[in-house]
Amino acid sequence: MEDTIAAIATPSGEGGIAIVRVSGENAIELVDKIFLPVAGGRSLQERAGYSMGLGWVLDREGQKVDEVLVSVMRGPRSYTTEDVVEINCHGGLLPARRCLEEVLHRGVRLAEPGEFTRRAFINGRLDLSQAEAVIDVIRSRTDKGMRIALRQLEGGPGRKLREIEERLIGINARIEASIDFPEEVGDVDEEAAARELLEVGRELEQILDVSRRGRIYRQGIKVVIAGKPNVGKSSLLNALLQENKAIVTDIPGTTRDVVEDYLNIRGIPVRVMDTAGWRETKDVVEKIGVERTREVIAEADVVIVVLDVGAGISQEDLDIRDLLAGKKTIVLVNKEDLPEKRITTQELEEMFGDWPVIRGSVKEDMGLEELEQAIEKLVLRGEVQADDMEMMVNLRHEEALHQAKVHMEAAKMALEADLSLDCLAVDVWGALEALGEATGRNLREDVIDRIFEEFCIGK
Amino acid sequence: MESHDYEVIVVGAGHAGCEAALAAARMGCKTLLITLSLDGIALMPCNPSIGGPAKAQLVREIDALGGEMGINIDKARIQIRMLNTGRGPAVQAMRAQADKEVYQKEMTRTLLAQENLELLEAEVERIEADSGQVEAVVTDSGDRYRTKALVLTTGTYLKGRIIIGDISYEGGPHPLPAATKLSENLRELGFAMGRHKTGTPPRVARESIDFTRTEEQPGDDRILNFSYMSPKKKKPQVSCWLTHSTPRTHEIVMQNIHRSPLYTGVIKGTGTRYCPSFEDKVVQFADKDSHQIFIEPEGLHTDEMYIQGMNTSLPEDVQLAVLHSIPGLENARVLKRGYAIEYDYVVPSQLRLTLETREIHGLFTAGQVNGTSGYEEAAAQGLIAGINAARQVKGQEPFILKRSEAFTGVMIDDLTTKGINEPYRLLTSRAEYRLLLRQDNADLRLTRMGYQLGLVKEDRFRRLQQKVEKMAEVRQEMEEYRIKPGHPEVEALLAERDQGRLRDAVTIWELLRRPEIGMDDLVQAGLVSEEVEEEIRSQLEIECKYEGYIKKQVEQVERFERMEAKRIPEGIDYDEVPGLSNESRVKLKEVRPESIGQASRTPGVSVADVNVLLIYLEKKRRSSEHERGFAEVQGTAAGRE
Repeated sequence: MEDTIAAIATPSGEGGIAIVRVSGENAIELVDKIFLPVAGGRSLQERAGYSMGLGWVLDREGQKVDEVLVSVMRGPRSYTTEDVVEINCHGGLLPARRCLEEVLHRGVRLAEPGEFTRRAFINGRLDLSQAEAVIDVIRSRTDKGMRIALRQLEGGPGRKLREIEERLIGINARIEASIDFPEEVGDVDEEAAARELLEVGRELEQILDVSRRGRIYRQGIKVVIAGKPNVGKSSLLNALLQENKAIVTDIPGTTRDVVEDYLNIRGIPVRVMDTAGWRETKDVVEKIGVERTREVIAEADVVIVVLDVGAGISQEDLDIRDLLAGKKTIVLVNKEDLPEKRITTQELEEMFGDWPVIRGSVKEDMGLEELEQAIEKLVLRGEVQADDMEMMVNLRHEEALHQAKVHMEAAKMALEADLSLDCLAVDVWGALEALGEATGRNLREDVIDRIFEEFCIGK
Repeated sequence: MESHDYEVIVVGAGHAGCEAALAAARMGCKTLLITLSLDGIALMPCNPSIGGPAKAQLVREIDALGGEMGINIDKARIQIRMLNTGRGPAVQAMRAQADKEVYQKEMTRTLLAQENLELLEAEVERIEADSGQVEAVVTDSGDRYRTKALVLTTGTYLKGRIIIGDISYEGGPHPLPAATKLSENLRELGFAMGRHKTGTPPRVARESIDFTRTEEQPGDDRILNFSYMSPKKKKPQVSCWLTHSTPRTHEIVMQNIHRSPLYTGVIKGTGTRYCPSFEDKVVQFADKDSHQIFIEPEGLHTDEMYIQGMNTSLPEDVQLAVLHSIPGLENARVLKRGYAIEYDYVVPSQLRLTLETREIHGLFTAGQVNGTSGYEEAAAQGLIAGINAARQVKGQEPFILKRSEAFTGVMIDDLTTKGINEPYRLLTSRAEYRLLLRQDNADLRLTRMGYQLGLVKEDRFRRLQQKVEKMAEVRQEMEEYRIKPGHPEVEALLAERDQGRLRDAVTIWELLRRPEIGMDDLVQAGLVSEEVEEEIRSQLEIECKYEGYIKKQVEQVERFERMEAKRIPEGIDYDEVPGLSNESRVKLKEVRPESIGQASRTPGVSVADVNVLLIYLEKKRRSSEHERGFAEVQGTAAGRE
């Protein structure tokens, strides 16, 4: 059997469930490490082939990531004829991605495009007539992946990645030059190397942190619907949900006051914070407390302020507005289907400045399309992004960065334990090779080139 | 015109040729070694040393497989040192200074004494091949020597041209002539040839050097050998000397740079970045106002001193002025001037991993003719080519060392897969699994193979087996014996190293894993017997202390070998493989990788292309299985009739 690989097997975005497929020699054992069966349930290793278990996927801190159904298929009776585990997560990109990440962090490799199908074919599972189709799958997925990767590499994350790569090449070259040309180059300044490793490690961590917090395609964004009572906030939420066929989940750990729902707007996972607790109160700000309100709003990437065109703009609306200073906000003027209209464009301009305004009716499905467009526009082009790094949607890059970080940590430990240079080199090479996988370059040659550029070698 | 029959002919008696000829003869083939000059056997035309990082590993590998270089340098060495002692066991490397004359003499003696091996002084001008099979070589006298396999180890002699300042003439490394006709012949046979440049520094008379102005570099005061078979005793050693170039030196170079053939465009071959000429160093590293210059003896009975770091093709008068600006060399008298040499090489992507050319069956090339540099690189290739020539003659399977098995494997895989654009020098950085390919464990890695090849003799193999058994036995003891808290010697040792007392019982192995405890401490504390050989002790110490890292690398190797095990059939037609990108197709046709692993290392071949290739191979396999099945059915049917 070949090494263990994993990928999301269902098309991204849509669908009630998403499947993370894991295949290879240690598939069952490795998934078991992140799988907590429901009380009385069996571990995957104890399960019979072709059975399913209910439970949770846990992250490294033991926190529940998602409630899942996991099926176990023992080779050769599986798609690839290897041991296969399929994790059925809740739909949308986010839960599946997080489950996949946890699997990858346990030492499973991210599958190449079309690799499951390739294995299925090689292992005799698919017949000859399907060979061409398999090749097409590999080619098209790869080409698409390449296009996306290339596009990303042109932007901010690519630059950052290259910077880190450059620095790692430099560290590597210094170590290697000292090993291969000890008399010409002399000793490595271990303190300087340690410092630099630490710095690069931090940079890696930063990118990973930002992208972990990253809100756009990967983890989605947070949208808060605000407004005084009875302006149509919950109807708006329901309408969005209906339109986007999302699954409603209660995420543990959030406050009673705010219920969260996931939905998918134009491929972006969106976490809508329905301010349910605000619904029945007379004075929103007083009841919840300014602080809590600020907190919820502070977390939001986009706020939708809902106004009732029939009620006009009141002091309450203005209180809410004042809380939103500096936020990306969309003003939705609701109930435009009713005859009563007590909000003028001039008023809106005076009171809400240049915030985008959409006039519509949730009930009549007016303006929802525009609203979604506005959200997308704000998220993708606006300043919602902390910076370009958040655009790093390519899981392969992230996985490479993660692997690089693991190696950097090992290198740090090697330095602290005062291990010899040849061991340190194993980890530094590891980090560099992980990065090389993201860019598809063999960085070993770059290191050798760098040795000759930087050091005058030639005994 | 005479005609003679051999099984293997080797052309060139440099470091590659000697190994190739000895290997073939030792494996029982009737072998002929042809050289331009019988006085030039195993010549060291450049630096008088063998070993150093990566190169020492090669020499140890050659030795472990039953080759000659290790034994020969042990006989000829006049100084030996261990480099990189502070950088970890994986990268430690011996380097020896050789008495060049003794080196040549000893190697010549070994060749002459070798059964199945004949020597001949002649220039080979032509290779004869018939329908892609090598047949014979023809010498300058018109004699024809028939052979089943031919190994070309012609070094830097092919169309060699010596350049000093504005003088240039046809010639091989000093004092031998160049071989011009053979290079043309190789082109006619269809080989792509490249051109490289290398150089050598001036040699200076010993008595003209003021050593008081230099720094002495003595050898190591301990027993070190390249060969596992050499007697373990100390030999008298001589020193090398270190001095530095001065700002004045650099001034002289810059004032005369217009007279350097490198800058006037006279030299067209590609030079090496790791062994640049002195003028290159001055130009490219203009911010450095001093470079190291090592002064090394070329032997015990010669006055010639090698000026390491000063290789140059500047005119003679400039060479002299440069030398005179260096402390200790103010009055230096030049015995031989430095020169640059340009030569043709066979582009190595035309070779299989056995070093056989794909173009002509039975024709192998090894050493500098393949575009490498260094005596050690040459010798290791010579050995592999010799082994494979002999195996081919005997109808045996090819012998290929993988990247995970030996530095030799790394080098040959690099050469055939990645192509070269400068003389190739092996670096430890080129090896992915360096921690496993140490010089200390070359015997454990390769001697069994050498025995199976017929190169390692019975007694040596038995010694290896005993070592392996002893290591296992001692290791088991160390892993099983538990030291209880209060053990007087151990507690004393821990106290001495500022460590706390033992809280729980630990095994000897666990104790050794602690950074502050070494194998010698264990021997002193009576935990490991004094009778355990030093060699075994140090290997066990490495295995213990580096266990985690070694395990990491072993896992990497497992992944790597899976890809290597997937073979690509010889005759694959890449135009028939649907879905390959054009770039990959071109590269695959050029390199013709032998495994999926090699294909994935070929520059320009993407992951998707590798997958596409895998599917194509499987498809092929299934259809041929189907056809075979069909043929069998038909066969049975025919039989019944």
